[in-house]
Amino acid sequence: MLTHTPRRRAAMALAGTATLALALTACGSGGDGGDGGSSDGGSSGGKIELTVATFNDFGYTDELLAKYTEEHPDVTVKQVKAAKSEDARTNLTTKLAAGGEGLADIEAIEVDWLPELMQYPDLFEDLSDPALDGRWVDWKVQQATTPDGKLIGYGTDIGPSAICYRQDLFEAAGLPTDPAEVAELLGGEDATWDDYFAAGAQFVSKSDAAWYDSAMSISQAMVNQIDNAYEESDGTPKDLATNTEIKGIYDTVIEQSTTNGLSAGLEQWSGDWDAAFQNDGFATMICPAWMTGPIEERSGGVTGWNVADVFPGGGLNWGGSFLTVPASGPNAEAAKELAAWLTDPAQQTTAFENAGTFPSQIEAQSSEQVQSFTNEFFNGAPVGEIFVNRAQAIEGAPFKGANYFAIHTTVQDGIKRVDVEKTDDAASSWDKTLQAFQDLGL
Amino acid sequence: MAVLSPTQPSRGLGGPTERTPRRVGFSQRLSRWDVKVSPYLYISPFFVLFAVTGLFPLVYTAVVSVYDWNLLGGQGDFVGLQNYTDVLAQPTFWKSLRNTLSIFVLSTVPQVIAAIVIAALLDQNLRAATFWRMGVLLPYVVAPVAVSMIFGRLFADQYGLINSLLGLVGVDPVRWHAETFASHVAIASMVNFRWTGYNALIFLAAMQAVPRELYEAAIIDGAGRVRQFFSVTVPQIRATIIFVVITSTIGGLQIFDEPRMYDAQGLGGADRQWMTTVLYLYDVAWGNQKNFGRAAAIAWLLFLIIIVIGMINFMVTRRIATSGAAPRAQRRGRRGRGALAAPRAAAGDAATVPEALPADTGTPEPSPTERRKR
Repeated sequence: MLTHTPRRRAAMALAGTATLALALTACGSGGDGGDGGSSDGGSSGGKIELTVATFNDFGYTDELLAKYTEEHPDVTVKQVKAAKSEDARTNLTTKLAAGGEGLADIEAIEVDWLPELMQYPDLFEDLSDPALDGRWVDWKVQQATTPDGKLIGYGTDIGPSAICYRQDLFEAAGLPTDPAEVAELLGGEDATWDDYFAAGAQFVSKSDAAWYDSAMSISQAMVNQIDNAYEESDGTPKDLATNTEIKGIYDTVIEQSTTNGLSAGLEQWSGDWDAAFQNDGFATMICPAWMTGPIEERSGGVTGWNVADVFPGGGLNWGGSFLTVPASGPNAEAAKELAAWLTDPAQQTTAFENAGTFPSQIEAQSSEQVQSFTNEFFNGAPVGEIFVNRAQAIEGAPFKGANYFAIHTTVQDGIKRVDVEKTDDAASSWDKTLQAFQDLGL
Repeated sequence: MAVLSPTQPSRGLGGPTERTPRRVGFSQRLSRWDVKVSPYLYISPFFVLFAVTGLFPLVYTAVVSVYDWNLLGGQGDFVGLQNYTDVLAQPTFWKSLRNTLSIFVLSTVPQVIAAIVIAALLDQNLRAATFWRMGVLLPYVVAPVAVSMIFGRLFADQYGLINSLLGLVGVDPVRWHAETFASHVAIASMVNFRWTGYNALIFLAAMQAVPRELYEAAIIDGAGRVRQFFSVTVPQIRATIIFVVITSTIGGLQIFDEPRMYDAQGLGGADRQWMTTVLYLYDVAWGNQKNFGRAAAIAWLLFLIIIVIGMINFMVTRRIATSGAAPRAQRRGRRGRGALAAPRAAAGDAATVPEALPADTGTPEPSPTERRKR
């Protein structure tokens, strides 16, 4: 037995190693749920099947996709939906890393993924097509265009933002409740953040509720209104310690949120945030077109929501998606044609009616169906018209390079420490943010 | 058999004197190989599978860790140990280690103790024993992600149920997400919720193998319930205790789901106050950095740390279990396992006979790979 023990120990070590390796690989292969990998879609007898991988709800119903088959009898279209955009993102990046095996013919992406994907434009087909010039608002096209003029995605929806507010809480605090008057209260046409904060001070002095949900979302909006927030246009990161614009936003937001008590101290999408909708936690919210859905989901039994056609500091686009065609797909040409069809104003208008994804196409925005769209939950607010107005206020898209989100996270963490977790004051939290920025090693 | 088989016409040059021994020799060799090699062939599927799914990724991870390797960009330049020094220089790495160890201690220690106690209770003559035994396993059936999402809401800072309950008895709300220690307790409680019952069943299985006459003898000697538990039950199940402690260690150091799903962002809080090492690994590989090279380096560092900690708690557990080994040696002999190890253990100080113990771990238990696949 003595002579066997070294071997046995080796076996134990091996078994231990196996456990670890299995566990680690199990972690690594998570998020593989997305699509079934049918890009090898049969091309028997000239017939092809194209897959479209989307997430959340793009508003592409089976009827809409069947319409394409009517027009193109040789093509059938299958949609693969991921429940969450993070799942779709992991699926996309993992499969791109593996050489494109198993990707759908058309992969939907969010605007936030663009900075990292734009570094490897060769992974995607160039979709630029002179025939489609002028279909989208200019900045939407510009977001997905590489420096050498390659277009990697067709725009689907955008996120023009307004202010959503609780008219019942406004009334209780003696503020006007009519959307037009609220828009005026918040500064009207030339609303500034100061106007918005001043109205907030007025509100919180007469109410138990906070003015807005989260300092993080307010700062996110303010940062998004700066053209070069963290990086120069050539992608060079700015030194955060000397970035006065960002420090200015940081100081303003923290002062308004904590000293003046305007913030409910929540983080969006957290359990507390969900619960606050039921507990009259806050009275206003930055409201991109797609946010109307999540608000309604969480506000069962709350009837006071309305939308004001106003936004502080100019227009704001928050979010929005594109359709891309991975270069590795066998049916790239057919997929490109389908992507162009899906992002046609007519189809996008249908998608908007199905799922509220606000069109990025100029023609769709001016269509009667979009313009006259109202939302019953928001007390019949004319959301179509409001978001069209808000979209027109957007002047361009800020530059977001490869390091944008890494730096943005350090600043958001800084605000979170003060506003949400309340473990630091403004100064010590900023020091930690600078330390985290240093650690990025840019 | 081979010796009796009729000869075939000789091929080639060899005369009968050469041929016969050669043929016989070969056949004998074949049957000797059969005896010697076949057992290994029979168990080889596991090891082949292991080599493909376990060993290869392990080695490949080591290769990745010495390259500049982006998730999307793929393999870059060879950088030697640069990734390791980068990781070791990052304060977040050390913070994640601290968090991992803290959560590990907060989960494993109470978990093992509670599991033994529950098992001891289940080992009594209960009515509807199967019902109670299945009951403790119930939390294990719940998917860890579901557990985390539910606990994340129970432990919410402002509107959480736990804080409301604390408020009822006049305790100030605890900031379960913001504070380091509180968040570790919350996460450890999820782990405990899920694994205590599972461990209890393993302990219970071991306890039921303890010969009942030992208890009878103890009772005759005047030992009470508590004394029986500490002097009969615990020493008798020490091999199982070692097994559970080691698998808990491996699992505990790899905690991922619970902290990942504990808040909306999944990065361990603004200060990374509950970011564990595996979560950090995930963030480096799939977060903003997309740096597979560094992530692979973290994986290897974690692997080495787990081995070291595994060794330490193996030594510690064994030391506890073998102190005063002499009286137990008899009982172990009677149970027919560790029969050779016991006299040696009895003969000298535990530390001088490290071989004594592995023999005991040879008792049939669920394979370690069964457990804690995360």
